[in-house]
Formats: sequence, structure tokens, C-alpha cells
Amino acid sequence: MASVITRVKQKQIVQLIAKGKRLDGRGLTDYREIKVEQGTIERAEGSARVLLGRTEVLVGTKIEIGQPFPDTPNEGVLTVNAELVPLASSTFEPGPPDENSIEIARVVDRGIRESKAIDLEKLCIEPGKKVFVVFVDVYVLNHDGNLIDASALAALAALLNTKMSNYEIEEGEVKIKPGHTSLPMRRHPITVTFAKINDKLIVDPWLEEEQIMDARLSMAIDDDGNICAIQKGGSGYFAPEQVLEAAKIAREKAEEMHKKLEL
Amino acid sequence: MSQKPEKLIDKKGLRLDGRKPDELRPIKIEVGVLSNADGSAYIEQGKNKILAAVFGPKEMHPKHLALPDRMVLRCRYHMAPFSVQERKSPAPSRREIELSKVIRESLEPSVFIEYYPRTGIDIFIEVLQADGSTRCASITAASVAMADAGIPMRDLVVACSAGKVDDAIVIDLMDTEDKQGSADVPVALMPNQNAITLLQMDGNLTLEEFEKALNLTLEGCRKIYAMQKEALKAKYVSVKEVEE
Repeated sequence: MASVITRVKQKQIVQLIAKGKRLDGRGLTDYREIKVEQGTIERAEGSARVLLGRTEVLVGTKIEIGQPFPDTPNEGVLTVNAELVPLASSTFEPGPPDENSIEIARVVDRGIRESKAIDLEKLCIEPGKKVFVVFVDVYVLNHDGNLIDASALAALAALLNTKMSNYEIEEGEVKIKPGHTSLPMRRHPITVTFAKINDKLIVDPWLEEEQIMDARLSMAIDDDGNICAIQKGGSGYFAPEQVLEAAKIAREKAEEMHKKLEL
Repeated sequence: MSQKPEKLIDKKGLRLDGRKPDELRPIKIEVGVLSNADGSAYIEQGKNKILAAVFGPKEMHPKHLALPDRMVLRCRYHMAPFSVQERKSPAPSRREIELSKVIRESLEPSVFIEYYPRTGIDIFIEVLQADGSTRCASITAASVAMADAGIPMRDLVVACSAGKVDDAIVIDLMDTEDKQGSADVPVALMPNQNAITLLQMDGNLTLEEFEKALNLTLEGCRKIYAMQKEALKAKYVSVKEVEE
């Protein structure tokens, strides 16, 4: 996901960060402006559009009836997929998901799954045979950095917006009844991503900061402030103390976000 | 499918295979096990059996992927169809694609990539038998294979996992503990730089538990680091004796 950034600007970003400032006026641990809009797509069972600065992600959910995994016969199935749509950046190409989109999908998936955000047992229709399958499709519409946090937030907002059709079982067949119920949501994981630039940690890197960062660290935090998923990315490294510092900041940021978004 | 054991830790505080919470599984590392590769290594860690091979530095193919100022690392982590209980399709899964990426990113900081502009190295990892924490054992083996290939590196990269099972924080998770436990934290380290080059987690840990798990993995890494060096010496010291 590389494109060109001038040396002068690189230097400017690094020098500002050393002084605790950033090019767009933010502090090192500030997020860009966040906008969340739910129910954007009427055809989807649930949807949400998230703007994180100029990064834009749309998530739609679909629910189908399918088979459970053999090791979890009493649980519904969660499937997360991410598409880096070519219109979002000149660096995205059409074709099957590459390692970057697979990584985003799997990190978003881990946050939702490991925090037990969805009560999957309530999505079981007939143990071992029929369950609801929740498809979460992440659509990146504009890439201006930190796709992981934007995607995770959009996925959570879309799940909270998801309505399932009511049903009843008649002679082993699932019959759809009128009316809708919300998806059984228990937890609200928030993912906080850091970039390491010149040995400093910054929160919510935008595109140009991502292009010069040494490494990236994402942490998903649940409603109790516990960590439920971590992913390090990029070809740099972190010192152990930096990781623990990041975990503390992530916890504060997630708490702020829970309050702000009234989760 | 295997039976779910009731308890992962017994009354004496021992684990299913009799280990203490901070005890690693037996580890065996062999260097230079494949004759066609420029460097190779084989690791056994518990029931894990993993081969790693390195080819290069060599001309990048396809050529347009070459970079003018540095070497390109490529990595493929792959599990043999017979490596797990139920046959795994040989086609690369999404998990394998993600792991290939994070393993590559864990090894890259150790290499002086700027010494070899326009070239590439290929790292191939084959998991022949999986028993939990395969990404960690793979990194440990791959780094040894890179050293065997003579690639200039800042340090070896060594990896170790920790996790939470039955409310205890334990090191080096085996398969059952990974699947039934409540958290898994794989970490890769360059011990001399104190640099963490891979860090992932899934599960649910408080900040304190996470710190404990992280420290356990770092301790484990340092122990395995000594074994990596022993394995490399075992190969190259014996060569020296022949010369004398």
C-alpha cells in the first residue's frame, strides 16, 4: 500500500512528532473526527458507514441459514470479509483478497469473536444442523489510513444495527414470521491502532503517517477494559515497555469511545 | 474430534502433559537438513514438526517486484494436509496467508535488507505436524535457516507463546491448551535488541494478565534463543574440526 511521500514532508512529520505534535494539529493520542451513520443500506440486514477523518468504510451484514461448525454445534457462525475496493485508493487493485484485506478481515473478526460481542448461542436453530450465519462484509470506500480501526468500528455499528427476521420451526422447516428482532449483542469491542514513528507511539495514523511508520500495533478492548485481540504489523519492532504503554493508552481510548458513542 | 478434557491444570498445578506453568516443551533444532536450499532448519517442539528453507539472496522473480534500494523478503507458511486431526486442504487458507504475512514481518527487522538491493529471498515453512504455537516454532526455525543461508542479520529472531488456561498464565501452549484455553499470545523477539517483532493475541486478558503473559514469553524466547545458537554451533563447529 505504498505511494510517494516527499522526503521534506517525511522529515516534517517526524520532527513534529518529536515535539508531541502532528501535521493535522492533533495530539499524539488523538483520534480524527469520527462519524458513524447506521442503516445506510436498506437491503442489508444491518449496515453502518464510518468516517474517520477522510477514511471511509461501509459495512453491511447479511444473515443466512447454514450449518454450524462441528466443534461448536450450538453456536451460530460469524464470517468477516474485507474488500479493499479499487475506487478507494490508486494502490488497491481488483482481484481476489490479498494479504492486506485478509489481515483486516481477520483482525476485525478476532475483535468481535474474542470479546464474545455476539451471543452466538442464541443464533442456533437446531443444534448441529441449522444455525444463523452472520456475514459481515467490510467495504473500504476511501483509504486515508487506519483502515483497521475504521473497519472494526463500522463492523460493530453495523452489527448493532442488524435486524433478524422472526422465525418459527414447522415440521423441521424454518418459516419466516413477520417482524424483526435485533441481533443478540453483548459486548462492544473497540480497536485502537498505534503507529510507531521514530520511536514514538501515535494513535490513529493517517495515510502519510502510515507510509513512514516503522511498525503498527492494534489492540481490541472490551467493555471491561480487557484486551481481547492484538495484532502487530509492519516490518519494524516494539520494545516491551512500548507494548505495555500502548495497552494502557488503548484502554483509555476505548473507554472514551464507549462514552462518546454511548455503547 | 478429540474429547474435551475437564481440567487443563490439575490439583498440583501441572498441565495435561505434566509441565509446570512456566515450563517449555522439549525442543530439538537441526540446521542444514535440506541439501537444495541455501539454508534450512528443522524444529520439533512438543509434537510440532516443522521444516524451514531459505533460498537466496537471488535475482527477484518476477523482476518488477525487485526494489532498487533493498532486498525483498517473501514468506510462505503452509500446513501439510496430514499435519492436523482433520485433513487440511492444501490450498492456502486465509489463516495461512495472514500467518505468512506476520511471520515475514517478524523476520524482516533482523535482516540487513539494504545490503542486497534488487534481490529477493524466499522463506518456505512447512508444518508437517501441528501441535499448537506453530507460528512461533516456525519463526524460530526460519530464523535459524536464514542464519544457515549466511544472510547478514542483526540478531536471530526467536518466538514463544503464552496464554491463559483455567485462570493460570502458562507458557508454550500446546494444541489442546490453545483451543480450550481462554487466551493465546504469540511473541517474537530479537533478544539482543530487546525488540518485539511479532505480537498477536486472541482471547480475554486484563492488563495485568497480559503483562504477565508477555513477560513469560520473553523469558521463554531467551531460553529458546540459547538452543538456536547451540544448534548453529553444532553444525558449524563440527565443520571446523574436519578442517583441522
